[in-house]
Amino acid sequence: MTAATVPAAPAAPSAPRRRPRPAGGSLGRYILVRFLLIFPTVFILVTLVFLFMRTTGDPITAALGGRLPADQLAERIHEAGYDRPLIVQYVEYLGHVFTGDFGRTLTDNQLVTDVLFRYGGATLELALYALLVAFAVGIPLGMLAAYFRDRWPDAVFRVFAILCYATPVFFAGLVLKLVFAVWLGVLPSSGRAGPRNEIALGRLENPTGVYLIDAIRLGDPAILGDVLQHAVLPAIALGLLTAGIFLRLVRTNVIGTFAMPYVDAARSRGVSEYRLVRRHAWKPALIPIITVIGLQVALLLGGAVLTETTFEWKGLGFELAQYLQARDFVAVQGIVALLAVIVAVVNFLVDIAAALIDPRVRY
Amino acid sequence: MSDVVEIRDLHVDFATDAGTVPAVDGVSLSVAPGEVLAVVGESGSGKTVTSRAIIGLLPETASTRGAILLRGTDVVPLSGAALRRVRGTDAAMVFQEPSAALNPVYPVGWQIAEGLRAHRRLSRAEARRIAIDYLDRVGIPEPESRIDHYPHQFSGGQKQRVVIAMALALEPELIIADEPTTALDVTVQAEILDLLRRIRDEFGTAVLLITHNMGVVADLADRVAVMLDGHLIEQGPVGEIFAAPREAYTRELLGAVPRVGARTSAQRRPDPSPETADVVRAQNLVIEYPGRFTRPAFRAVDGVDLRIRAGEVVGLVGESGSGKTTIGRAIAGLTPVTSGSLTVFDHEMIGTSERAFRPLRSRIGFVFQDPSTSFNPLLTIAQCVAEPLVVHGRARDPRSARERVDELLEAVQLPAAFGDRYPHELSGGQRQRASLARALALDPELLIADEPTSALDVSVQARVLELFSELQERFGFACLFISHDLAVVDLLADRIAVLYRGELVEEGRSEQVLQSPQHPYTQRLLASLPVPDPVEQAQRRSALAALGDGAA
Amino acid sequence: MGVRARLGRLPVIRQVRQSVGLQRGMLVAGLVITGVFAILAIFAPLLAPYGFNQLKGDDGVSFGAQDPPSLAHPFGTTVGGYDVLSRVIWGSQTAFFVIAVAIVLSIFAGVLLGLVSGYLGGWLDRVLVVIADAVYAFPTLLLAIVAAIVISHGQSNLVGGVFAAAISITVVFIPQYFRVIRAEAVRVKAEAFVESAKVIGASTWRVMFRHVLRNSTRTLPLILTLNASEAILTLAALGFLGFGIEPTSAAEWGYDLNRSISDVTSGIWWTSIFPGAAIVLIVLGLTLIGESLNDLADPRLRTRRRSSDAAGDDGAADDDIEVVPGGAIDADAPADRERA
Repeated sequence: MTAATVPAAPAAPSAPRRRPRPAGGSLGRYILVRFLLIFPTVFILVTLVFLFMRTTGDPITAALGGRLPADQLAERIHEAGYDRPLIVQYVEYLGHVFTGDFGRTLTDNQLVTDVLFRYGGATLELALYALLVAFAVGIPLGMLAAYFRDRWPDAVFRVFAILCYATPVFFAGLVLKLVFAVWLGVLPSSGRAGPRNEIALGRLENPTGVYLIDAIRLGDPAILGDVLQHAVLPAIALGLLTAGIFLRLVRTNVIGTFAMPYVDAARSRGVSEYRLVRRHAWKPALIPIITVIGLQVALLLGGAVLTETTFEWKGLGFELAQYLQARDFVAVQGIVALLAVIVAVVNFLVDIAAALIDPRVRY
Repeated sequence: MSDVVEIRDLHVDFATDAGTVPAVDGVSLSVAPGEVLAVVGESGSGKTVTSRAIIGLLPETASTRGAILLRGTDVVPLSGAALRRVRGTDAAMVFQEPSAALNPVYPVGWQIAEGLRAHRRLSRAEARRIAIDYLDRVGIPEPESRIDHYPHQFSGGQKQRVVIAMALALEPELIIADEPTTALDVTVQAEILDLLRRIRDEFGTAVLLITHNMGVVADLADRVAVMLDGHLIEQGPVGEIFAAPREAYTRELLGAVPRVGARTSAQRRPDPSPETADVVRAQNLVIEYPGRFTRPAFRAVDGVDLRIRAGEVVGLVGESGSGKTTIGRAIAGLTPVTSGSLTVFDHEMIGTSERAFRPLRSRIGFVFQDPSTSFNPLLTIAQCVAEPLVVHGRARDPRSARERVDELLEAVQLPAAFGDRYPHELSGGQRQRASLARALALDPELLIADEPTSALDVSVQARVLELFSELQERFGFACLFISHDLAVVDLLADRIAVLYRGELVEEGRSEQVLQSPQHPYTQRLLASLPVPDPVEQAQRRSALAALGDGAA
Repeated sequence: MGVRARLGRLPVIRQVRQSVGLQRGMLVAGLVITGVFAILAIFAPLLAPYGFNQLKGDDGVSFGAQDPPSLAHPFGTTVGGYDVLSRVIWGSQTAFFVIAVAIVLSIFAGVLLGLVSGYLGGWLDRVLVVIADAVYAFPTLLLAIVAAIVISHGQSNLVGGVFAAAISITVVFIPQYFRVIRAEAVRVKAEAFVESAKVIGASTWRVMFRHVLRNSTRTLPLILTLNASEAILTLAALGFLGFGIEPTSAAEWGYDLNRSISDVTSGIWWTSIFPGAAIVLIVLGLTLIGESLNDLADPRLRTRRRSSDAAGDDGAADDDIEVVPGGAIDADAPADRERA
């Protein structure tokens, strides 16, 4: 999963660009163009997933094949309309997706969007914790590694970074569980809260699904503490994976901008090395960093599926894994398509954020 | 009065994959207060390294020995905070590429203040006031509002002014200007040189000017130091060096500089007879680069009329963005034509297809600007030169074309053995010769040369230009010679066409255009070109100033 | 050209000779780790004490379940009664097999598409870029799951399972190769030597394959190693989610980890630590190689010898000796936002 960070090949200075500088108001145009790009992206992914899932058969045979007699199976297939031409099904499916209908699960007959609303909060919470860990660990260490470039702290940080993303999240989760939950017994090994607190949280009216917020609303410090304790290990397991990538990304980009003549120019005026890293190299480096961080959303979601399975963290990823076990491919297709939309929107927001930092786009 | 900087027996070595390479080998020089010392030399002479050593700006692979006294303190052993205190205040630097020397994501005011705050405790308001003051002094209009602008909002010349303001703001006694005008157009160059001269006069700042351009030296310097291969071979007052150079190398360097009007009228050829066929004919030629999405298209060439007759050399001159390269590319079928008419060998280029044009390609040769990238790095020179022969079916494979390749290499004065080398094993000048050999492989009737010598050192340039005109005489091809340098064009061209922002402003026989230019832009272009002669340059400078006043 | 010089031009060997200090250390460490696993994979039948699906010893007595490490089973046994050591060793064979198939499949499709798209440009390029970007931005694991469902219907029970895993990883890889090769092709296309081939009149086909292709593949070794490590991680993740290879058809570390989730809660560590450590080590080895190659290819990141300790070194002459400080740096690295 590291390839998401493969930097673009060192680009040689290309032939002088003859394109004129964008005139004023280019940011608005950029946002518009970038926004429009969401639609083909979602369309492509939804189509891809649909085609993949349907080329080899229908979901009912996949889920119930062998368990039901052939005639009953055929009847169910006919009822669900899976015996119609693929193109008809495809157009219908696209129409549904367009109106926000991602289908119903086969196994427990729920709306996929309902599944999202019920479990999305948990995944969001986990992802935010993990991002927090990743930022807190990855960015300062990355800058330090760049500062100590090719000296021993750099070597230590880099090997740490590689270990972070060489370790599958589920293995990191297992080891953390083994050490902190089983051997040391200081942290809970799975779930999002203790059983009793889980019930208390479940009774809350209009739960957000984000336990941190729900626990604060309950106003019981014991529950809040319990919720936070449960979050520590999953957040570290998922966060370290991303932290490793951030570390490498920050290091590479800061070193890259550090070699730019304008840094030398600032140096020639007596600006301190610390300030060169902290101010002069950091902000230009941030632009590519933010763009790549956007791509890590995908990694985070993939990692969330594995982390949630390891820690029985009942979020979207955990549910997805359950549906996978049950061979409920309608649910899988729906959830995957929904995630495609989320990824596309998040990437859009991230690209806009990167553009906002870059004065060359802003003005 | 003591010297601002005194360099004693400086040695700088670089570590490379091939071992240690000495870049500077025992250089001693000094700059007096208020003096402009020009250090000249060709690439690899160590002039940039010497200047960077003064403020300790060399990469980690460098090791420095000797002494550099900045106001009496040796900076060579300094590091950390002590070195930082010296940087900017004792000696400040102006860089070659102003757009690279400015941080793209911070406003210029912030960047000026950064230097100030590194040395003095200043409030935000004070730093801002000082920054505005210096922007004003270097001639940035409306400095109060421009201070909050980002670098990309300034033109190239303005950016260099900002860089100079940054250096000045720290009130250094020495400004090190490393090729400060090389990246700029010649008209802008004249303005920046004026600014540097004014700074010396007003502030009494000494300037260490690093340059390869003898015209710039003649324009600005008081004293000159000539470097070759890491050694300082000659130094003296500018008048002496230009009038009576002692060293052979200095003489050669000065002799190699092309000058406008160096060719006598006897050397010029008469116009070809009126019935000579046109090789290229452009009428009201318009070339646009399409805009992306809702962005408007960019018009690079706007209504140009131009013809090249058989056997004639036409020089196409203009500054960056004038559209000169675009015209060359359009003739070679690399850039599509938008409207008007462009015929090459009576083949209309509007709406043409690659398939229809391909047979004509054997009649056109092309020499590119950058010799380092114009060869496929994975093929030998012989394979590269044989490529046109193979493509057009004159040879089955590179090996069977070898005889012809050796002939061509000989014609461009390269030993046949060079055919077996890879491009990176050749020097820039050798590569450009090989490039000529490739362009001539099919005996073209038209050769397009796009700034073929601008990436070369001046002495190499002189030899390549000589070869060029010799080959033209011998093979008699028509040639479109594209250059930003009027003096270079003058050496070769029968006729000169001057482009300005996509429009052809003047066209005529070379001597006519250069001796009595009609269009104000041509006049300005010609007057901005510094000549390698301090006395003459001083006169030209006042002429240019008068021209500027007249225009204003 | 001597043998030594010729050897020095080969990828990897050339880089080892080029590197110094820390970078050389990292590269060599990566090569050693990967080499060890390669040996394990090749000689698995000789090195592993038992077969990967062996449940009984030669004496016909079943192995115990969840036995702690002992002389007979140095790494213990799993909940299903397999020998952990043997499955770890056999697992490296599966890993290399999957890497090989995945890379061979994706490299051809990805390189060809990237070259054509990058060189020809136009609407085909735009469509392919949007598709590749969409797939690229999507969680690789989810795509691999979808692909695994298609290929094996999620039930892999033969060596075909290996192919299923490899093919599903391929689907994810193609856009990555595509992106990299396309970016290179676009860069090389703008170089003067390609334009000079065009003005000579060389056919599009000739320009593409004689001039562009070979100059576009210099980053390939790097992407190869990085993608190899990603292949292993994806394979393990698929196995962990139950979409991998059944234990009876091959040894697969991810599957073993999946079976060890419940072991961990009861303090049984050997069933998870050993296969997990194997994954970490092999990915570590491959990533070390990949990152070192990347650093060496990027002039901004490459360390060069300090002049004081460079004396008497036989370093192969390189084509980019840079005497002038601060040369060869791309001026518009952050301006790589061409997608809109």
